[in-house]
Amino acid sequence: MRLPEKRWYDYLWIASLMYLSLGFFNILFAWLGLICFVVPLAIALIGGNKAYCNKYCGRGQLFELIGGRLRLSLNKKPPEFLRAVWFRYAFLTFFMTMFLLMIYATYLVFAGAGLKEAVTLLWMFKLPWNWADVSFVSPWIAQFAFGFYGVMLTSSVLGLLTMVLFKPRSWCVYCPMGTMTQGICVLKNRKDKADGGKSQADCNAAQGPCQ
Amino acid sequence: MSKSKKLAFVSKECVACGSCVKVCPTGAITIYQGMYAAVNPNRCVGCGKCARACPASVISVLPRGGDEVA
Repeated sequence: MRLPEKRWYDYLWIASLMYLSLGFFNILFAWLGLICFVVPLAIALIGGNKAYCNKYCGRGQLFELIGGRLRLSLNKKPPEFLRAVWFRYAFLTFFMTMFLLMIYATYLVFAGAGLKEAVTLLWMFKLPWNWADVSFVSPWIAQFAFGFYGVMLTSSVLGLLTMVLFKPRSWCVYCPMGTMTQGICVLKNRKDKADGGKSQADCNAAQGPCQ
Repeated sequence: MSKSKKLAFVSKECVACGSCVKVCPTGAITIYQGMYAAVNPNRCVGCGKCARACPASVISVLPRGGDEVA
């Protein structure tokens, strides 16, 4: 039996926790969240794999830690719809639509509209967030930060809720980035499938959907 | 490694999150090209840790069939 060795990336949950905390001190730190968008997409597009989800996702690690080690998860089987392809892609579509609306709001501020110093939680609740000084940057930069932090906070709250109700990493089942990167990997590796799917050697070595 | 009587099976709804990879004590699971978890039947000892960790509950531990390759 192999004992898992701790690597540097096993501590990325600290970065995730710091990210959420820093947003309370100054909303402009929200821009750092773009790393969680760009890196997984780049890995999937260039490498054709989900190494980000599998190794580097600090949020997944954080849920694993809180729900698993700290036992704050009920560890129940999630409802079947959560893992259904239709639900995952519907949630991705919804999430991306809200993301694009946030980009549009940023554009409006760029075009001259007033800055709204609020973070929208769960796409409905506007939380006043006007204690940080954002006067030293262009209003659209601050607007994007407010919007993006709302996206990150919303996904964290949803992740925490499903962590408590179901299994620690339940968020990973319907995470829009996970769905998107898996879709990219499937498309990227479609050529292999078109050539006859997994080779018999693969099927012999690895039992997945060969079953 | 001697074969166990049971083996982990992954359904097609796998989200390839990698939770199972982390808990597998024998390193029998890999994420195949970012698409799904693949179990190496020669390494799997059927302990069920992967099934318990799987957030999507798409892993089952079942008795080994007679058709897998040794």
